[in-house]
Amino acid sequence: MARIGVFICHCGENISATVDVEKVARLAGKLSGVAYSVDYKYMCSDPGQTLIVDAIKEHKLTGIVVGACSPRMHEGTFRKAAEKAGINPYFCEMANIREHCSWVHPKSDETTQKALDIVRTMVEKVKNDTALYPIKVPITKTALVIGGGIAGIQAALDIANAGHQVIMVEKTPSIGGHMSQLSETFPTLDCSQCILTPRMVEVAQHPNITLHTFAEVENVTGFIGNFDVNIRLKAKSVDFSKCTGCGSCWQKCPSKKIPDEFNAGMSFRTAIYTPFPQAVPNKPVIDRANCTWFTKCGKCGICAKICPTGAIDYTIQDEIINVKVGAIVTATGFDIKHSDFFPEYGYGKHPDIIDGLQFERLASASGPTGGEIRRPSDGKVPETVVFLACAGSRDKAKGIEYCSKICCMYTAKHAMLYKHKNHHGKAHVFYMDIRSAGKSYEEFVRRAIEEDDVNYIRGRVSKIYEKNGKLMVVGVDTLLNAKPVTIEADMVVLATAVVANEDAESVAQKLHISYDKHKFFAEAHPKLKPVETNTAGITLAGACQSAKDIPETVAQASAAAAKTIILFSGSELTREPVVATVNRSAAPVFTTCTGCFLCQEVCPYQAIEREEIRDRAGNLLMNAAKVNAGLCQGCGTCVAMCRNKSIDLQGFSNQQMLSEVMGLLNKPFE
Amino acid sequence: MRIGYYPGCSLQGSGREYSESLLAVAEKCGIVLEEINDWNCCGASAAHSLNHDLSVALPARTLALAEKQGLQQILVPCAACFSRLATAQQELVSSEEMKSKIADYLEMPVQGSARILTVFEFLQEHIFPVADQYIVNKLNHKTACYYGCLLSRPKDLTRLERPEDPMEMEAVMEKAGATPIDWAFKTECCGAGLSVSRTDIVAKLSAKIVEDAVSRGAESIVVACPMCQMNLDIRRKEINKQMDKGSDIPVMFVTQALGLSMGISADKLGLNRHFVSTGKVVSCVGRKEV
Amino acid sequence: MDSTAMHSGPLSLKQKVEQAVGAEVQTCYQCGKCTAGCPLNEEMDLMPNQILRMLQAEYPGYENEILSSTSIWLCLACDTCYSRCPQEVKLPQVMDFLRQESIRRNLVNPKTKNILKFHKAFLAEVERNGKLNELGLTIDYKLHSLNLFQDLQNAPSMLFKGKLGLIPHKVQNPSEIKKLFKKITF
Repeated sequence: MARIGVFICHCGENISATVDVEKVARLAGKLSGVAYSVDYKYMCSDPGQTLIVDAIKEHKLTGIVVGACSPRMHEGTFRKAAEKAGINPYFCEMANIREHCSWVHPKSDETTQKALDIVRTMVEKVKNDTALYPIKVPITKTALVIGGGIAGIQAALDIANAGHQVIMVEKTPSIGGHMSQLSETFPTLDCSQCILTPRMVEVAQHPNITLHTFAEVENVTGFIGNFDVNIRLKAKSVDFSKCTGCGSCWQKCPSKKIPDEFNAGMSFRTAIYTPFPQAVPNKPVIDRANCTWFTKCGKCGICAKICPTGAIDYTIQDEIINVKVGAIVTATGFDIKHSDFFPEYGYGKHPDIIDGLQFERLASASGPTGGEIRRPSDGKVPETVVFLACAGSRDKAKGIEYCSKICCMYTAKHAMLYKHKNHHGKAHVFYMDIRSAGKSYEEFVRRAIEEDDVNYIRGRVSKIYEKNGKLMVVGVDTLLNAKPVTIEADMVVLATAVVANEDAESVAQKLHISYDKHKFFAEAHPKLKPVETNTAGITLAGACQSAKDIPETVAQASAAAAKTIILFSGSELTREPVVATVNRSAAPVFTTCTGCFLCQEVCPYQAIEREEIRDRAGNLLMNAAKVNAGLCQGCGTCVAMCRNKSIDLQGFSNQQMLSEVMGLLNKPFE
Repeated sequence: MRIGYYPGCSLQGSGREYSESLLAVAEKCGIVLEEINDWNCCGASAAHSLNHDLSVALPARTLALAEKQGLQQILVPCAACFSRLATAQQELVSSEEMKSKIADYLEMPVQGSARILTVFEFLQEHIFPVADQYIVNKLNHKTACYYGCLLSRPKDLTRLERPEDPMEMEAVMEKAGATPIDWAFKTECCGAGLSVSRTDIVAKLSAKIVEDAVSRGAESIVVACPMCQMNLDIRRKEINKQMDKGSDIPVMFVTQALGLSMGISADKLGLNRHFVSTGKVVSCVGRKEV
Repeated sequence: MDSTAMHSGPLSLKQKVEQAVGAEVQTCYQCGKCTAGCPLNEEMDLMPNQILRMLQAEYPGYENEILSSTSIWLCLACDTCYSRCPQEVKLPQVMDFLRQESIRRNLVNPKTKNILKFHKAFLAEVERNGKLNELGLTIDYKLHSLNLFQDLQNAPSMLFKGKLGLIPHKVQNPSEIKKLFKKITF
């Protein structure tokens, strides 16, 4: 026989201002099955909870209903109290008479009646509640970090230093990402590679980190604590166990005209190559699509002949390896638009109109011009350089309505670097706004304007065309009465929009994580969960989530690492038992499930599995659906789909739902 | 498939050469153009500047007549007329309210269903497939293809592949054996309808266009809009006053150029009607390849 | 966005523009790209982006300034602004509306009255015959603008080259067009 306790909270005045809480408590006490009913000012407070615990013990209550705020607020609090008092916490239900009643209606008798109706509904549910126990799931304490840029590097080091194993997968031949392409970083003008390469080396040498470069994630199955990942190790054509990184091979490679990705297309590389001198690992791979041996059936082969250790092996194939991990950090980074994205600036046909990464390569000591700013067309030093901020960003017409965040800062940096290297040159920046909100950022931009004599013009550029060897930049100065301004430039640098990688969508699909219309990966909550995704066990770090600068990236990477370390801190994973179950019974019925697997098709979390039902002799009788409690999120979609109601949701079963509805409809006091 | 033809007022007046050369080329290639019965003026800039409903109703009347005539596609060579007809069509098709309001005004039903072709689409789809057999001359000179405003904007109406740097006219000129140059003023405005009321502005704007073309070695300017042709040709005296050094570069319609390459006489193509002599271009035909 | 909530009285010019054209004046963030690319930016008194800002700001006296500017009449409707505007503001259609409003409020700038006269002469010719005849238009315009001697040297050549037709082209039933014009109130 049920002995239910009802506890009505005033919630200060939040509920009592519009609901007659004493009346609700009094009338609830008269409901069948209710053994005790009381109201109190703040149920969630310490004395409030003590009140509940004592009442449960004193009146031998079998279940409780707390009429108060939304369960999202304090369900956990009250369930702990119930457990403390010795009853299973899942016999505690919250009747939401605040968000669903007192906050949305004026003070009246109807409001009080509604509160009572809600309480009565939950009393009926508690009568049908069953004891539930948390689900324990094992955890593989190895993390997978996808992406070897600064985000992935930071996350990997943090997790590895906490004592856990890390597997890092990077699709290019070296880790380092875009940060390795930068010359100097704002606001300190630190040499980018100088601060990055020690970290890269640390990753390579860390005993807890297994690094796979020139590799990609092939597919991911499983669930939090128990992911099953296949990684494709692309054929490097070089046996790294023999290669010493001496460089003889790429020095002699005859295929020298391949556009160099690391130098943003402004120089060439060979078919067998390391992307840059400080690459980690510092061993080359062969770009088979551009290698004569592979494209012309065995012609050439010079690298194999030259290699002193015989490390070149053209027969190596792609290899798929399988790893088990407990958490995944997605740090796949970003891309930028290029000058061909702009019809009004020439569709990319002018070689001296370049993008930000190309400028970084020009300014880099390891770049194609040895750190001198020179025009790609004729190698001359430009005397007038125009920088266009907001090129493509904040542009609804071009489909990129967001702000790319980093361009105001790197444009100021570029202008300063140009001026530092060319004291007599003229630098102009066409801008709309200056977004320099980080630490020391505003001072950095002011330095460009006040100390380095960079001319900032507020206005956008309508068109750029070439005339007599100069680039005519047709803009406007909106701060000077909208004065049209045309500057004859030797070089133009476009601060182009930050966009998601081309393969971002396919990566997200493989991981089953959400992404927005711009293909940036979706965080679980924009304010309070910036590094988690809606897929348990998978976190985000860096620009794959949204455009951001290096300090934010590093912070986010450490946050993702922290979430991973928290996950690994227990011996096993405890999950709420609000999960679906498919019924099972004894032979010869076994289950009412017919094996149609409609539930599997609609489950958004891939939580339904197939279980083989066998007889004693081991013969297969049928395949029935089985819910993986570790993955199930309790959404109930499968329950709705099941045609013969073989699957039900613990804590929100069909019976419980029906009893709530009937409780609502049967009004005893009217 | 029948092709309707809307010459517009300009092609019957000061832009006659455009119509003459277009019809001559079509005739040569065996393509029949069916003029829309009783067409009226599209309203040009005057209508849309002074009255929105009028600016839709005037072109809509022509569209209604074309529909009555059973024409499913119509060629509108004049850039302004094309812009007005295509804009009116868009308004009719996107609003039932506008469609019925205009039909009331016109006392005629109108659907806006005919496909309106630009001169480039017409040349590409109907002339190109058969042109090669008719081309007997190469034009043998460097030419600057000038599109102007209404053939390139708004881009969802004009349907050019590269609205800021189009190549559709270049394709025609290459077929005619000329060498189109790359230049920066392909789609800049010539001064349009201010030709009479503010000739000084037309002179300034058109001078920039002529200057750029000439400085890059163009020997002719080729156009597809009667207003542009008028401004660049008839107003040459005023243009020359705006330039350091005046120019006598001829301005032809793209259909005149194509006609020349097909061996049609300069006279029939209206090449003798220009204010700036086209003699030099005509004599390029057949000379040694540039 | 309910901007009518801010005004208890008649609609502001900005509201009228938004209602008539649907152009979201509020979306303009004053980047100036329209002004930068406008072929008339050296002739206009108010720059295109300034007109938009003046519409947005609604300071007293600005409506008259906009409607009496030379800019709205010099605008060639070349569409360069719209084709490059990052916010897709339909500026050419805003200009059309401002022209019509400036006539309604009798604020047409005297320096640009000739342009209006040209448009009116154009439409008068179309109303008369259904098609435009350049001779008729020229005569009409010159009589109204008293610009009698401009183009005089061109006239003989035009006639000689057959570019200036003496006999007007007409539609079959010019009264049909007259009726149409009458229906569509000016």
